[in-house]
Amino acid sequence: MMEWLSLSPQEWQAVGISVKVAFWGTLASLPIGIALAFLLSRKRFPGRALLDALVHLPLVLPPVVTGYILLMVMGRKGVVGEFLATHFGIVFSFRWTGAALAAAIMGLPLMVRAIRLSFDAVHRRHEEAAATLGASPVMVFLTVSLPLAWPGIMAGAILCFAKALGEFGATITFVSAIPGETETISAAIYAALQTPDGETNVMRLALVSIAISFAALLAAQAMTRKNRSRQGGL
Amino acid sequence: MLSLALERDAHDGLFPIHITLETEARIVALSGPSGAGKTSILKMIAGLLPPDRGHLSVSGSVLFDSDKGINLPAWKRRIGFVFQDSRLFPHLSVKNNLAYGRFMNGLPRDAAHEAHVIAMLDIQDLLARDTGALSGGEQQRVAIGRALLAKPRLLLLDEPMSSLDDKRKAEIKPYLLRLAAEGVPMIYVSHDADEIAELAGEVVSVDHGRAR
Repeated sequence: MMEWLSLSPQEWQAVGISVKVAFWGTLASLPIGIALAFLLSRKRFPGRALLDALVHLPLVLPPVVTGYILLMVMGRKGVVGEFLATHFGIVFSFRWTGAALAAAIMGLPLMVRAIRLSFDAVHRRHEEAAATLGASPVMVFLTVSLPLAWPGIMAGAILCFAKALGEFGATITFVSAIPGETETISAAIYAALQTPDGETNVMRLALVSIAISFAALLAAQAMTRKNRSRQGGL
Repeated sequence: MLSLALERDAHDGLFPIHITLETEARIVALSGPSGAGKTSILKMIAGLLPPDRGHLSVSGSVLFDSDKGINLPAWKRRIGFVFQDSRLFPHLSVKNNLAYGRFMNGLPRDAAHEAHVIAMLDIQDLLARDTGALSGGEQQRVAIGRALLAKPRLLLLDEPMSSLDDKRKAEIKPYLLRLAAEGVPMIYVSHDADEIAELAGEVVSVDHGRAR
């Protein structure tokens, strides 16, 4: 009776690619996300508002446009993509790595927002105390700001992962949906919808998608709660 | 020997601050009403609040001189600061809070000094605890210990004993006097006239940011 719930090998493949793409996309964007969040939370510099807007642009831009920009910049004939392919042999277009790049860019605004809030909540007074104890700005960051913001950083990473998992528009525009390479859960659902009698497949994949996203959101909420209680500790 | 003349104009919501002090006194007390600018003066000395002009030297070492363009950042000044609120790191145990300054300054472990400070402040039983589980008085004792174990050349104390009971105050006062006698000068902010009379070699009154 529950047989319709078991995934086919190709569907498992799509789930695997989605998780792989979301994982590596999140991991790659984490250092950039932390740096951007810290910069936006603590520093005042010319062009700060512009940088803030640029980071948040993928949130409001149609995903297809983001995918198109990626194609123009990072594609084989793109400004950066051609350089990377010629000199380093790194190719993003029509590869799962390209899907990870698209996922990272789409997830970055959510990640930066969560981490920034966490840095905002880290009391400057602890950082001042660390400086009077001989900690250089780098050591203050590594030993005080970063550990205190850690639950928020984890929450940001999980949100980015969840967003990356559901990414569709930018991914399909930039790397298409090649089964076994770039076909993610979302792309597989879309393909199944185009197929006669594909409703069962759609439902199965949708359930998997809901389960993974729901678990990620619950984990993010737990991290945020932990962050709040830690910040309120002293 | 403490020599300082620090001036800060009115900005960032703070009134102008001015202090001149040349003293051989081991413990200098800053007294004055709340909001007079005592904490801001301590922060300028520590390097946490930038003065607009002036100079600051401790025992011959120049830490700030606007004419010569010298301005050591807080972390290079070796000036200990015991804040009014203890500011213990909530993610570190008491033991690691105490070791923080030694680690950051790359100091070798001085077990005798460590044991002495821990015994004097009676914080032995707190070492393995989380800072969040400490009472206000316990937090302040650990904060004093943390500043001392970083072996500062000058110690700034911003009402450090306001949350301690009389018994603990009585225990800590002789230690502060001994520490000063051993060569660690202190600037001490307090409202308590008796405390000031007992500890300070020189008293500076602060009102509306002006010290005299």
